[in-house]
Amino acid sequence: MSVLQAGRCEMTLISAEDASVRFGATYAVRDVSMSINDSEIVTIVGPNGSGKSTLLRLLVGALPPTSGRVVRRPGLKIGYVPQRLSLDTTLPITVERFLCLPHRQPKSKQDYVLGMVGLSDQRHAQVSKLSGGQLQRALLARAVLTEPEVLILDEPTQGLDQHGISDFYALISGVHSDLGCAVLMVSHDLHVVMRASDHVICMNGHICCQGAPTDVSDSPEYLALFGDRDARSLALYSHHHDHAHHHATHTHD
Amino acid sequence: MEAFLIRAALGGAGVALAAAPLGCFVVWRRMAYFGDATAHAALLGIALSLALSMPILPGVLLAAFAMAVSVTALTNRGYAQDTALGVLSHGALATGLVAISLQGGMRVDLSAYLIGDILAIDWTNVMLIWAGALLVIGGIYWRWSALLTVTLQPDMATASGLKPEREQMVLTIGLAIVVAVAIKVVGALLISALLLMPASAARAFARTPEAMAILAAAIGVASALGGLEVSLLLDTPTGPTIVCTATAIFAVSVLLRPWLAISD
Repeated sequence: MSVLQAGRCEMTLISAEDASVRFGATYAVRDVSMSINDSEIVTIVGPNGSGKSTLLRLLVGALPPTSGRVVRRPGLKIGYVPQRLSLDTTLPITVERFLCLPHRQPKSKQDYVLGMVGLSDQRHAQVSKLSGGQLQRALLARAVLTEPEVLILDEPTQGLDQHGISDFYALISGVHSDLGCAVLMVSHDLHVVMRASDHVICMNGHICCQGAPTDVSDSPEYLALFGDRDARSLALYSHHHDHAHHHATHTHD
Repeated sequence: MEAFLIRAALGGAGVALAAAPLGCFVVWRRMAYFGDATAHAALLGIALSLALSMPILPGVLLAAFAMAVSVTALTNRGYAQDTALGVLSHGALATGLVAISLQGGMRVDLSAYLIGDILAIDWTNVMLIWAGALLVIGGIYWRWSALLTVTLQPDMATASGLKPEREQMVLTIGLAIVVAVAIKVVGALLISALLLMPASAARAFARTPEAMAILAAAIGVASALGGLEVSLLLDTPTGPTIVCTATAIFAVSVLLRPWLAISD
């Protein structure tokens, strides 16, 4: 048992143990225990205001836990894709220059990631002039440039249309298999999440349930949180697209 | 050229050089009122220095720094930042004016602190200005990429191993130093202008943050020297004339901007 645990620990990139964040008297996140391991895809879902983004900031280290603890593997390289930039038109910056923040990167690497996200022709464009989808891809390119061990994304597809959303997830899945990095993201796109994640964490201030996608989507806490409509469309989706695996679970209940 | 003019030109250029790159961050981070508040606090620092018969520089530095810390503290307590800044900024300005007048009224030339008196600076002042300017420019150069990253997205910076609060502190200290050395040149009321105007004017011509900072420095120095020249010609107060020159350059940049595709 102890040997097994030691083995697990080495694979763990970030873990939270009973971590809480309190602003004044209210808890934004309460008693959260979770971990993200090497090359795993973990997704955090939950309604608005359920503490998803707070949990993400806690794991990144942007917020200290009020109680409990968060442990990141020493020297862990994180690639972070924020929801948006606090960039307004007063700050001129080209895509190329943006990629080199905070540290200059060789041009060959820049070329590679720009090609990967399909922004090769936007290298000299102003970041403030990019469309929503282009900006998301530029943020992703910067995050993967340093070859992170874990890629962290905060609601990366917000504001994208249906087409843009599936394109972006295809991109993330490409990055995942290319770099072999772990992926941790907050997402609203339940269908995609349930199909592509290894581990799903369902938040509502605390963790309501977590586990493999099929386990979570069957849990009463999850159904209570997302209601019948979303749950049903999910079931339909898995029916159509992921036949063998999900079908079994489906007939089960 | 007379010595007092050389000193004025060197002093003005030194302040403009330090204020411009710092001013870029003031513009990018929307800290305009923060600059104002820090400058107003300087008056309180002057009153303090006069009361204790101390040199003015450390008093001003201390007051400017205390202001920056207080604003941050009030904001963290849930006051809207513009409210916190408005209260503290004008509170410091008014208290400073009252406190200076209590020092013996007519003995103190108030307008020298409000709009500056660049023609009266001595060589020690010039040296202090350049020492402060080099310190600020060096600090910003050293932290440049980190400051940019934090400005664009603090959490993204944290994920890259940076500490946003520490970078913010670099700007706060830089601002206190610029205010302290600029008060003799343009006075407490107009320091913000030297931060904002060259940076805003430079925006029209820049495609990268680096270009904007360098251009801002050039525009700042041109404003300082041009303003000095015009003030001698027209026999007007030099500090406000420098700011008028900067305003004119800004106005030209606004008019030119639609014709300059490069900035977009």
